[in-house]
Amino acid sequence: MASTATDADAAPGAQPGGGAPRRRLRAGTGRWVLRKLVGASLTLGFVLVFNFVLFRMMPGDPAKTFLRGRQANPERLAQLRDELGLDDPWPVQFGKYLRETLRGNLGDSWSQGNRPVVELIADRLWPTLLLSGTALVLAALVGIWLGARSGWRHGQAFDKGSTGVAIGLYSLPEWWLGLLLLLVFASPAGLNIFPGGGMTDPRGGVDPVLDTLWHLVLPCTTLTLVYIAQYALIMRSSVLDERYAEYLTTARAKGLRDDQVLTRHALPNALLPTLTLFFLSLGFVVSGAITVETVYSWPGLGLLSYEALSGPDIPLLQGLFLVFSVTVILMNLLADLLYPLLDPRVRLS
Amino acid sequence: MNLLEIRDLRVSYRINGEDLPAVRGVDLDVQAGETVGIAGESGCGKSTLAGAVLRLLPNGTRVTGQVRLAGEDVLSMSWGRLRAVRWNTASIVFQAAMHGLNPVRRIGQQIAEPILVHEPAAGTRRAAARAAELLEQVGVPAWRVRSYPHELSGGQRQRVMIAMALACDPQLIVADEPTTALDVMVQAQVLNLLRDLVRERGVGLLMISHDLSVLADLCDRVAVMYAGRVVEQGPGGRLFTDATHPYARALAAAFPVIGDPASRMAPRGLPGDPPDPRELPSGCPFHPRCPDAVVVCGETDVRLREAGPDRTAACVHVGVTQEREGIR
Repeated sequence: MASTATDADAAPGAQPGGGAPRRRLRAGTGRWVLRKLVGASLTLGFVLVFNFVLFRMMPGDPAKTFLRGRQANPERLAQLRDELGLDDPWPVQFGKYLRETLRGNLGDSWSQGNRPVVELIADRLWPTLLLSGTALVLAALVGIWLGARSGWRHGQAFDKGSTGVAIGLYSLPEWWLGLLLLLVFASPAGLNIFPGGGMTDPRGGVDPVLDTLWHLVLPCTTLTLVYIAQYALIMRSSVLDERYAEYLTTARAKGLRDDQVLTRHALPNALLPTLTLFFLSLGFVVSGAITVETVYSWPGLGLLSYEALSGPDIPLLQGLFLVFSVTVILMNLLADLLYPLLDPRVRLS
Repeated sequence: MNLLEIRDLRVSYRINGEDLPAVRGVDLDVQAGETVGIAGESGCGKSTLAGAVLRLLPNGTRVTGQVRLAGEDVLSMSWGRLRAVRWNTASIVFQAAMHGLNPVRRIGQQIAEPILVHEPAAGTRRAAARAAELLEQVGVPAWRVRSYPHELSGGQRQRVMIAMALACDPQLIVADEPTTALDVMVQAQVLNLLRDLVRERGVGLLMISHDLSVLADLCDRVAVMYAGRVVEQGPGGRLFTDATHPYARALAAAFPVIGDPASRMAPRGLPGDPPDPRELPSGCPFHPRCPDAVVVCGETDVRLREAGPDRTAACVHVGVTQEREGIR
């Protein structure tokens, strides 16, 4: 039909053909990405400084800590201080720290056979990624499903049950749940079907992949159960927010089935807060779960942190802190950069 | 046969265990090629009426009476049949300036969606091409199929909503406040678009608005609703210049007449609020606010009666005044 429309109601800046607004959009996006990068670098710089100051402010004599209770005469202590560079003025120490860190040298551990900290962390990275990453993905998938379903069927038996269970699990300390599962499924007193700790069977003889997965079951279940609640509750409340949105009535009027209205229209909107949570949690995948790794003697970064603390092994702790902070910063940056791809409304503002 | 035939429609919402009557016995017909308007304050039940046409009211709402759409009773339809009828026989134009469109999906996808639902054989590409075509027809450039709702102006969004309503070539279009929140220029464009649509496609249009100037301009017939009932019904243009029911009169008087300084300086409003559906006044529900109320108004509930040619009104004064005038 011939329309009498003028361009009076065209959106500001919009032109037929779409070239101009699109180009402007890209330029704006570039500036915005740059701003996010600068922000992340500043945070990173602050973390570097803070990490240095924090460990210099710790009470106690680092040289005595290094000796870990072994007796030493004052001459030996003085010599040690000199070797560790503790007598240098702070600016000199800071310069050395900064130079070495930027080179990728985090020093040598004081407790783990004096091995380089970087090497220790690299060794323990994979088990933690395996454990926390798997738990995070499982928790997000199950939590999103549970939350979406209970929000959509608000007030019904499924909603009441799943929300109750989610809140219950959320309030459990993870080490306690870990111990409980350990007692029930991995002790001679209980069912004794899963291994009680470690990542592989030292006796060998089984397929290493299957063996690792078998050892993964209990710690991963513990973490997943604790993480689920966050996803389920956030997903539930965002589905509840969207439930009476007008565009859902439009979708129903179009003749869509109830499940299509949920998956095609309500979920793309309701998922946004949950995805933010997911990306932010990715930063904590590396720091993992110190307590759960300790309960299950899972040889990851969490257990390494626990071991470093009991020293205390200062270079190792300092290295771990740095790695943890850097991953959180990088993942936050990733979340910031990905968000506009998920929500078209963020792109313009 | 009427395209839409509503008989004794009653709708009550159930809120906190209480039944709130929103529509209390409405009869209404819409024919193909005809535009019927429904006017009234917020809360008078006009949007509920629109929702009832396609059974879009929330779960737990009690709906009785008859809604016959192209000869089929919507209220007793199976879910499968209802889904097939939705958008295909009758579609709805919501107030898109607000949230009628999904904010995170592209315009083109949203227009093509009902085509794919009702005619899966069309295929994604044909549906997308049709979406672009529909956009052009309502005066939005076709490249906008790739845009998101927030990138469009309010007027464009409303046009998108109309293009979407046309996607499956429906016989009836229900427009629920399609021009609210648009400025006057854009409002006129949208109304022209709707008018062309009725003229060129011969669809029936059920137009819901609180804006009488819009309805008077566009509609063949207008029904004025108050407290869930039609209180006056008549030809669109004339209903507001010589309304019979005191409520319709008050509603018409609330809009200043262009070119009449007296009405501009002193637009007459209507004192009081619409009645609480939980505690409707006895007798005529309008009598507490009515300037012409007499004792009987609080006692007898008046139903629609003849009030001249092609005109009905629900007021005790209707027959009486005319008789008196006849005597005089």
